[in-house]
Amino acid sequence: MFPANTNYHRAGSVAEAVQLLAANEGAKVLAGGHSLIPAMKLRLAAPEALVDIGHIDALRGISLEGGSLVIGALTNFATIASSELVQANAQVLAEAAGVVGDPAVRNRGTIGGNVSHGDPASDPPTALTALGATYNVSGPGGERSIAASDFPTGLLENALQDNEILTGVAVPALAAGCGSAYVKFPHPASRYAVVGVAAIVGVDGGSCSSASVVIGGVETTPTRASSVEAALVGSDLGDGALDAAAAAVADDFTGDPMSDIFASDEYRRAMAAVYLRRALGIAASRAG
Amino acid sequence: MTTRVFSSGIRRREDPRLITGRASYTDDIKLPGMVHAAILRSMYAHANITSIDTSAAAAQPGVLAVYTGADTEGALNGLPCAWLIPNSDLKTPAHPAIAKDRVRYVGDAVAVVVAETRYQAEDALEHITVEYEPLDAVLNPKEAAQDGAPQLHDDAPNNLAFTWAVAGGDADAAFAEADVTVSDVITLPRLIANPMEPRSAVAQWVGATGELTLWNTSQNPHIARFLTSVVTGVPEHRIRVIAPEVGGGFGSKIPYYPDEAIAAFCAMRLGVPVKWTETRSENYLATTQGRDHIEEVEMASTADGRITGLRTTVYAGLGAYLSTAAPGVPTILHGLMYSGAYDIPNISGTIYGVFNNGTPVDAYRGAGRPEATTLIERLVDVLAAELDMDPVELRRKNFIPKFENGHDVATGITYDSGDYEATLDSALDAAGYSSLREDQAQARQEGRLVGVGVSTYVEICGLGPSQVAGAVGFQGGLWESAIVRFHPTGKVNVMVGSSPHGQGEETTFAQIVAGEVGVDVDDVEIIHGDTDLTPMGWGTYGSRTTAVSGAAVTLATRKIKDKSRALAAHLLEAATEDIEYEDGRFFVRGSPDQHKTIQDIALMANVAWDMPEGMEPGLEASAFYDPPNFTYPFGAHLAVVEVDPATGQIDLQKYVAVDDCGVQINPMIVEGQVHGGVAQGVGPVLWEGVVYDESGQPLTGTMLDYALPRADGLPDIEVQSNTTPSPHHPLGVKGVGEAGTIASTPTVYNAVMDALRPLGITRIDMPLTPEKVWRAMQDARNGG
Repeated sequence: MFPANTNYHRAGSVAEAVQLLAANEGAKVLAGGHSLIPAMKLRLAAPEALVDIGHIDALRGISLEGGSLVIGALTNFATIASSELVQANAQVLAEAAGVVGDPAVRNRGTIGGNVSHGDPASDPPTALTALGATYNVSGPGGERSIAASDFPTGLLENALQDNEILTGVAVPALAAGCGSAYVKFPHPASRYAVVGVAAIVGVDGGSCSSASVVIGGVETTPTRASSVEAALVGSDLGDGALDAAAAAVADDFTGDPMSDIFASDEYRRAMAAVYLRRALGIAASRAG
Repeated sequence: MTTRVFSSGIRRREDPRLITGRASYTDDIKLPGMVHAAILRSMYAHANITSIDTSAAAAQPGVLAVYTGADTEGALNGLPCAWLIPNSDLKTPAHPAIAKDRVRYVGDAVAVVVAETRYQAEDALEHITVEYEPLDAVLNPKEAAQDGAPQLHDDAPNNLAFTWAVAGGDADAAFAEADVTVSDVITLPRLIANPMEPRSAVAQWVGATGELTLWNTSQNPHIARFLTSVVTGVPEHRIRVIAPEVGGGFGSKIPYYPDEAIAAFCAMRLGVPVKWTETRSENYLATTQGRDHIEEVEMASTADGRITGLRTTVYAGLGAYLSTAAPGVPTILHGLMYSGAYDIPNISGTIYGVFNNGTPVDAYRGAGRPEATTLIERLVDVLAAELDMDPVELRRKNFIPKFENGHDVATGITYDSGDYEATLDSALDAAGYSSLREDQAQARQEGRLVGVGVSTYVEICGLGPSQVAGAVGFQGGLWESAIVRFHPTGKVNVMVGSSPHGQGEETTFAQIVAGEVGVDVDDVEIIHGDTDLTPMGWGTYGSRTTAVSGAAVTLATRKIKDKSRALAAHLLEAATEDIEYEDGRFFVRGSPDQHKTIQDIALMANVAWDMPEGMEPGLEASAFYDPPNFTYPFGAHLAVVEVDPATGQIDLQKYVAVDDCGVQINPMIVEGQVHGGVAQGVGPVLWEGVVYDESGQPLTGTMLDYALPRADGLPDIEVQSNTTPSPHHPLGVKGVGEAGTIASTPTVYNAVMDALRPLGITRIDMPLTPEKVWRAMQDARNGG
């Protein structure tokens, strides 16, 4: 595995990283390197330059600020999965981070790199979209934030402008009474999600007061299951209600389908309903 | 024989260096002035090459040379096939090291760049311009054999490399008279061997002396030397092949490849050492693969379940060219094993060896025997279902009864010893078979899909008698040799011609020597893998190393013991026949205090101050062992699975392996071989298989898509063993390297089919990926 020649730049700060990107046309941001380096080794990617942000310590860490979890872009999956703050305030994200790849990947791969790469079969974007997260971005024009649901613009394409870097994610803490869960059908080789479901349900006075359900792996960007959500809200979250809500998912697949030699689009949609039902059961049992 | 360490599960001495990363592999070799080769491979499965322009590549930084098939033509002979099976109309089309006019699989070598660094060589590859005229490709081995299929070789009409038949009794009559017949179609997917270490070669040419040294990832360096001589024209005595540490092979490091010939060619042209190491992506294209069978099979029986006949038609994909041993795998190692553990009086099989536009196929762990065992054991289950019998009872009814010294089966071979029902009994006891069936009945009541699968097997190991090798067209012998050399201090070197690469013979061979003459096991060092240091041997494959090479070690050590006894008699002033031996000491009968240790003997033999008249100095012996028969290990395995009715996912919940590999030298190593083998055999049932698209592009080109077995997909494997010694082997051992792989494929396949039986599902092509199982269940529920 021999990547093509590239120029390596190590950034000491986000501002310097933005400058380096601007100064090096065709440069790519290197964080944990778990998507970019394999692509380079296969010569599927051959960037002119790499801007390594992996040594900017300010981009690492998890805190709770004003009712939101703020997670630095360089925070790895193992840290997120084992964080008590994340477990207490966004269990679905802790679970999604805990099933990314394998232990080596979770110790090295970063949330910022993962979200920026935007693989539709990756676990964290599904959970972050369900949580209503926003992504903090720095670029030549200053800082801005982008809603997770607005971030992907197509297969492996996103709303980042030229020379912008994703610096962190902000996740609103789940309200009291919410239950959440992430369940996944992993590909036997890659361990990416054939189907991944993030489900969040809120309970108030014995009935479902809110629902957020997002499915990854079935379409080229995460699928918000609006029909499922509508069926859940106001229901008693009993088995019958969950069965009916899960069955409604068929109406929610309106985007570009995914299909490969392991799982056709038809099978992925069928499995989405199965895994959705399982996720709803777990989330409902944790609500209230 | 003493039992100080023989038969005990001492730790493998190989492991500390291997698991701490301190072992030295071919790619670790660094020679002064060494340069690096990278090979351009065809992106097309089938195409004519209309032009190649290497000028831009040759001008890249660091590039020393770019060679194409026009350069190697005439300088390198074509790659030979070394298993020319008789009575088969075998075709051996030309296999040039570098394709010149036509490419026949994605991965076929088209050009090589030699540069000062590997990075420079890889960069330069991108500057070679090749124009192709694409041709239609064919991958499915049955389709490839039909009229009108794209043709790979002008001299192999209908892509047939051979048509080989096996017959015993009168199968057609048995089927005509049978009360019951069943049939099935079984596919065994094309598999990638996936050794941890990819292949590598370092070639050093000393022009002044005309000597070629080749470091190579080989399971059989002596064969590699022989074939290097054939392909390069360098005389055999001026070639040294060294297989340093070899990180697994599973058969894929038996063949002689274009790549090592190309490395040698480059070294000879440029006069500097050349290293070539394949990337993992190249390994997935250019290293031989396994299986790829389509088997149309039938079984005949009486109404009460006495099997009377077996008939097969098998299409065996061979890939684009005949690899070194390829023709023997689906024939000799497959068709001759059609009787399994059963007394089947009438057998006939026709095997078509078919070229297709895939990577060449050759031996892969089990090599022909998993393909045979799967069809036999699946048919037994299908027949049991047809007869509404318990599959275990049907097996009992047809077992060859216990025998200790020879049993002829209808395919014409003679099993050495067997007690098949005993291993089945052990497996059923260990698993709690009757309660498993009760649990299954309960689960079915609850709508759960639980399956219990059983398979027995008999395999052919210890390859083999050289006279038989010749009779079946193997272009070599199958004996082994060993030299046992005692040094003055009583320490021992053993040189063997076999070439262990993970199987643990550095440990087990030392246990043999220690057991025979009572030296400390740590005083014995095994030397292998270097044609200049070791005597001739035919290599490590086919579960033959312990059985054949180990026998040579045993016989050489026994010669040492005989000489030691005579020297001890001289030193103790007694007659040789009065000398007794016990635990490393030689003494006059009745006077054990007056003794000479084996170390005393070694010192005296080496200094030779006081030798008996006519005895040569030194304590060294060599032995050549040509086995009188093959060995036939056997066993019974059992698995429990549960299929998720909503998703088709399969949970392998329980696995019991009972193997009888004869006498065991190191039970821990036996258990390890069974563990790895079982995992490797489950692979194609649940996960593994190369997939090509219509044009012949492999879609499983990386480990992101090609699913290997992983620890989390396997239960604890419960390993037990019985011991039925081989009657013709000096130690009674049989071999165990492939047993797990042979048994686990049919065991788990049968278990899944048993789970799906309530739905009326009888077959699904392997691998049983969730979507395939889900679709079968959907079809069944829809009245399929």
